[in-house]
Amino acid sequence: MKVMTSPLILTGRKVVGGYAEGEALVTTQTISGWGGINERDGSIIERRHELVGQSFAGKILIFPGAKGSSGWSAFFHMTRLNDVAPAAMLFTRMTTKIALGAVVTRVPAMTAFDADIYQTIKTGDHVVVDADAGTVTVHPT
Amino acid sequence: MQLTDEECAMRDGDKGEGVAAAMDLLIRYGEALGAERLIRTDNVAGAFNASTPSIRPIAERGMEEVFSKLNLDSDKVVEIPHVAARTCQLITGIDDQNWALQGADPQMVEIQRKNEAFIGKRGINLFATCTPYQVGNVPVLGEHCAWMESSAVIYCNGALGGRTNVEGKESTGAAALTGRIPYWGYHLTENRFGNRLIRVEVEVESMMDWGLLGYFTGESVEENIPVIEGALGHHDLVKLKHFGAAAASSGGVEMYHLPGKTPEARDSAEAFGTREAEETFVYDAAARKRMYENLQSATDDKVDFIMLGCPHNSIEQVGRIAHLLDGKRLHPDVRLWVHTPRAIRSVAERSGYVALIEAAGGQVMSDTCPAISRSLPEGTRVIATDSAKQAHYLPAIANVQGWFGSVEACIDAGLSGRWRGDF
Repeated sequence: MKVMTSPLILTGRKVVGGYAEGEALVTTQTISGWGGINERDGSIIERRHELVGQSFAGKILIFPGAKGSSGWSAFFHMTRLNDVAPAAMLFTRMTTKIALGAVVTRVPAMTAFDADIYQTIKTGDHVVVDADAGTVTVHPT
Repeated sequence: MQLTDEECAMRDGDKGEGVAAAMDLLIRYGEALGAERLIRTDNVAGAFNASTPSIRPIAERGMEEVFSKLNLDSDKVVEIPHVAARTCQLITGIDDQNWALQGADPQMVEIQRKNEAFIGKRGINLFATCTPYQVGNVPVLGEHCAWMESSAVIYCNGALGGRTNVEGKESTGAAALTGRIPYWGYHLTENRFGNRLIRVEVEVESMMDWGLLGYFTGESVEENIPVIEGALGHHDLVKLKHFGAAAASSGGVEMYHLPGKTPEARDSAEAFGTREAEETFVYDAAARKRMYENLQSATDDKVDFIMLGCPHNSIEQVGRIAHLLDGKRLHPDVRLWVHTPRAIRSVAERSGYVALIEAAGGQVMSDTCPAISRSLPEGTRVIATDSAKQAHYLPAIANVQGWFGSVEACIDAGLSGRWRGDF
C-alpha cells in the first residue's frame, strides 16, 4: 500500500514568473554555464561537479546559483532554443549571471525561501513551482 | 522598478523598436535582480559576434535577427540602431586571418565577417579580445560599466576600480542600445567592500604563483569579496590578469582588494569598509601544492599542443615567448599557439616577435582562443598551458588531457615534446 506523505509548501520571491512542475534535481554546488554545461543536451560537464554527466532538461533545478564565465546566460538561453532547458530554477544566491540567465531561459524562477531548500527538497521529489504566487509545493517520494 | 521619463519613452518606442526591445529586457532583468532603478553607462563590452555553428541558422536569416534574438532576447526581429553608449566587441570564435589553421568552416568565416560589418556600422569597436583593457578601453576609478567576460570584469572592478557586474550577451546588447544597466551589485559602493580574508603565507612572485593564488581564492571564497594580505610580491597588469581570471574560474569572484596595491584599498580598513572578514583562509605552501595538483588533468607526459595567451597575452608576454623560442625548433609532434589581441599582434609583428615564433614553428593567433572556438589542432590529446583558467576549462570543453605550469615549462614541453613541469 502506498503511504501518502503530505506535501510541504515553501514560500519565496519571484525572479521570473510562471508555473511549472516536475522532478527535482538538487545540488549544493554552483553551476558554470559556458564550459560547465552542454547546451545541446542539458547535461553538466564540469569535471569535478557532483552532477557531472546528469541532465537538467525538463527538471526542477535546485542549486545555489551561477559561477564562472559570463557566457552563463547565453548558454542557458541556448538550452531553451534547443528544448533542453530546466523546467524551473530554484536558487539561493542572487547574482547577475543567474538573474539574466533565468530571464532569458524564460522558465519560472524563485529565490529567498523561508526554509532551507536543500534540506526540504531531495532529488526525485515531485515539485510544483508557482512563481507568481511565490510558492513551491514539494511532494516527497 | 523606477524609470525616468526618458527611460519610459524608450520602453514605449519613442526611440524605435530596437531601443524598446532593449528597455523591455532591462526591465525584466532589473526586476529579477530586485534593482530599484537603472544607471547610465557609457562603457559597454559585450559579445555581439555570430561565430558559432549553433548561430548559423539564425545568421542565415540576417544579422538583425541574430542581434534581436541573442543580444536582446526579443522574439520579434527589430531594426538595430547605432549604439547609444561607447561599446566594444570582446573575444570572438574565429581568427579572421588564421581561420584555416583553426580548421574553421569558410562559410562561418563569411558569416562572422558579415556580422562584423553589421555591428561595426552600428558603432561597435571590434577589439575582438577578452582583454579590452589592454587595447584602449581602460575604465577610470568609479566609472559605471556594463562588461561581460569574467576575467575582464574582475580586472575592471579589482585592478582598476571601474564598476561593473558580470553582464551577459543579452544585457550588454540592451546596454549598448540604451546606455543603461540595472543599478545593482557592484555599482553600489557598499557592495564593494571585502567580506573574506586570504592570508598569504607563501611567497607569490611569478605569473604562475599569481594564477595559483587566484585559483585558491576562487575556490575558497566563491563569489564573495576577498581581501588578500601577506607575502605578495611585485604586482602588474599581467599578474593581476592571471590572478583574476583564475579566481573567476574556480569561484565567482568579481571584486577583490589587495591593500596598498589596488585603487579602492589604500589599507586594510579601507578594503573592509563597513564589513568584516566573516571567514579567513590561509594560503600556504600546502595550499599552493594542492592548487597545482588540482589544475593537472593529464597523466600522459607526451604533449601535442601548447596553448598560451589566456587571457590574451600582453606585448611583453609575446616578446618573452619569442625570446624563449629564438633560434629553436618545436618538437615535430607539437603545435604551439600564442593568443594576443589583434592590435597587440600588429605591434608584435613590427617588433619581430611574430617572425621568431613562426620560425620556431609556432603561430600567433588573435580574435579567439581554443576554449571559445572549441577548435584545437587536429588530433590533440594532451595540452599544456600557463593559464589556470584554460587548464580549468579546456579539458572539459575539448575532452583533452591538460597540464598546467609556467610559461617556461610550457615552452620546454613544446621543444622536447614531453611535459616535465617545474613545480
